[in-house]
Amino acid sequence: MLKYILKRLGLAFIILIGASILIYMLSMLMPADFIDTQTAAALQSGAMTMDDVMRLKELYGLADKSFGGIMKSYFSWLKSALSGDLGFSFLYQKPVTKVLSEYIWLSFMIAFISYILEIAIGIPMGIKASVNQYSAYDYTVSVFAMMGTALPSFFLSALLLNVFAIKLRIFPLQGLTTATKIFDKNAYIQIFLDKAWHLVLPITVLTLLNAGYIMKFTRTNMLEVLNSDYIRTARAKGLSEKTVTYKHAFRNTMIPLVTTLSGMIPGLFGGAMITETVFAIPGIGYMALRATLQGDIPFIMGYNMFLAVLTVLGMLISDLMYMVVDPRVKLS
Amino acid sequence: MTTEKEKITESNVNGNNGNNNIELELEHNFRVISPGRMVAKRFFKSRLSVAGLIMIIFVFLFSFVGPLIVDATWGYKENQVFKIERVSDMFTTADFTGPDGMKYTYYDKSQTVITFKAPPSKDHWLGTDTSGFDIFTRLMYGGRISLVISFIVIFLETFIGIIMGGLAGYFGDWVDLLIMRLVDIFSSLPTLPILLVLSATISSIEAIPPEHRIYYLMAFITLLGWTGVARIVRGQILMLREQEYMMAATTTGISSLHKIFRHLIPNTMPQLIVTATLGLGGVILYESTLSFLGIGVPFPRAAWGSMIALADPAKGQDILANYPNMWVPAGILIVVTVLGFSFIGDGLRDAFDPRMKR
Repeated sequence: MLKYILKRLGLAFIILIGASILIYMLSMLMPADFIDTQTAAALQSGAMTMDDVMRLKELYGLADKSFGGIMKSYFSWLKSALSGDLGFSFLYQKPVTKVLSEYIWLSFMIAFISYILEIAIGIPMGIKASVNQYSAYDYTVSVFAMMGTALPSFFLSALLLNVFAIKLRIFPLQGLTTATKIFDKNAYIQIFLDKAWHLVLPITVLTLLNAGYIMKFTRTNMLEVLNSDYIRTARAKGLSEKTVTYKHAFRNTMIPLVTTLSGMIPGLFGGAMITETVFAIPGIGYMALRATLQGDIPFIMGYNMFLAVLTVLGMLISDLMYMVVDPRVKLS
Repeated sequence: MTTEKEKITESNVNGNNGNNNIELELEHNFRVISPGRMVAKRFFKSRLSVAGLIMIIFVFLFSFVGPLIVDATWGYKENQVFKIERVSDMFTTADFTGPDGMKYTYYDKSQTVITFKAPPSKDHWLGTDTSGFDIFTRLMYGGRISLVISFIVIFLETFIGIIMGGLAGYFGDWVDLLIMRLVDIFSSLPTLPILLVLSATISSIEAIPPEHRIYYLMAFITLLGWTGVARIVRGQILMLREQEYMMAATTTGISSLHKIFRHLIPNTMPQLIVTATLGLGGVILYESTLSFLGIGVPFPRAAWGSMIALADPAKGQDILANYPNMWVPAGILIVVTVLGFSFIGDGLRDAFDPRMKR
């Protein structure tokens, strides 16, 4: 077991090094970086000369755009990244690690709540649909599940905003706090409730978009189990349909479910770029989109590497969970 | 299926009359169905796949035939500006205290003539947008570009995936190791953020004319998406190459290339067609997300994503609240298209392999 885990960790390390090279190359390819956009006005008015700009770029290691230069700055980036320093964000004027640690928690909270809701909605619906295969319920739920995956997040957000924020005026339009309200510093409960109220719509969007996937996944795996021989045996023994479904069939469906769902957990820290941006929620996705559009290379680099680590971690966790949940799986 | 069986038994019964008749009768009554016909039959039996097919045919006609009709009857294209004048009232109120010490309320009604954002009318079924373009026509052109991009991307992804996966699966050993590590690296990249980085890059290079941006866009989506196909092809080939018919192929002494592309790849086709169909919707979603953020299909070309972007609350609530005709149809079309492709994909999967029926 330990040997297998070590081997997988080594592999993950190699993959991440490869990914970091690719991401570094791609973000260095950006022709206009943050320094260009910031100094454009000063250059125009003559307050700065091209030499000043180049000196600034030199300082940040962005001057040399040849292959050798990129590789050189890549290795210095890698060296400091391995020691936990992801550089300094131009846009936010803070170390990248600090921006990440400040903003991931809000994103994680939103994602985690909708993750719980997705599971609570998706799994029971998936079970019911698979037990009543080809029934009206099955068709309706399946079509709704597919619609969830077909809806672009920005369109669903706009629809919900139109109905609930503008027409019905139940929920606020954008942001995390009500700008017009001034709270007492110690009114934690009110501040919390105000923030929670702002997060209802974004959480709804994420839940609606992803519950369908979990529902479909549950249904597919449940159907596979329901067709196996031991279920027929259980029925032949005269067990009630409820016992067959929940005690015999669902327990085996748990294997792929637990594997997939646990693999999704690291991804919850990554932030929902589009949804957060439409609702102007200052989570990590929102910050990253702004940084990307403005060419803040250290932040782009740090954020994308962070996401790559989360993806690799997710795969690792789901592989390990597979062995934990299913004792039949042998290590290879 | 049952009708065929009945026919066989029927012909057997008839055949008892005389042995000479058996073969003749069999030939007469027994219909040989090719595998393709069988797949088609199973496909059309499912209501969802037929619904999907109808949805996709509708979107295709709408976005490829529609512009031709508009061009022929009214003679304009996606970026024809219409200046339709209408009077817009604007009320302002203010409270003030007059010199006599009384409080007065001041009402001001000003009228401005605006030429854009016309409401739906007989000439412009969905009205015009903030730039004075006819929305209905732009929906057609937007669909055209989405469909073209998605088909080209999926074709390229499948092509690259087949070659990489085919090589990895057939040669195994270090070729497999190398290619699969490459696949691992590419699939660990976060798709949307990297697409954003690349598209932002392309948008900021002034040397690249905006109308060429779409080609770069397609290349980027392909670059980040080919790994799925490569994995599938490799997995299938690892399984297929151990089968007896491959040993038979080896004994005939044909070349490796011939074996891969004549005997192995065709057998992975059913699964590839399913994956490709399901992938089309995904590409449309990526393209429209980029267009929504303003770094996809460049203005003034129409794209469904950029039409929805008009409703972005960051740009003011006016359109989001008062002009649903500008952004709702585009969203509905995206949903219809993506949903249609997934219905067809699911239907095809069940039709190709009834055992996989879910």
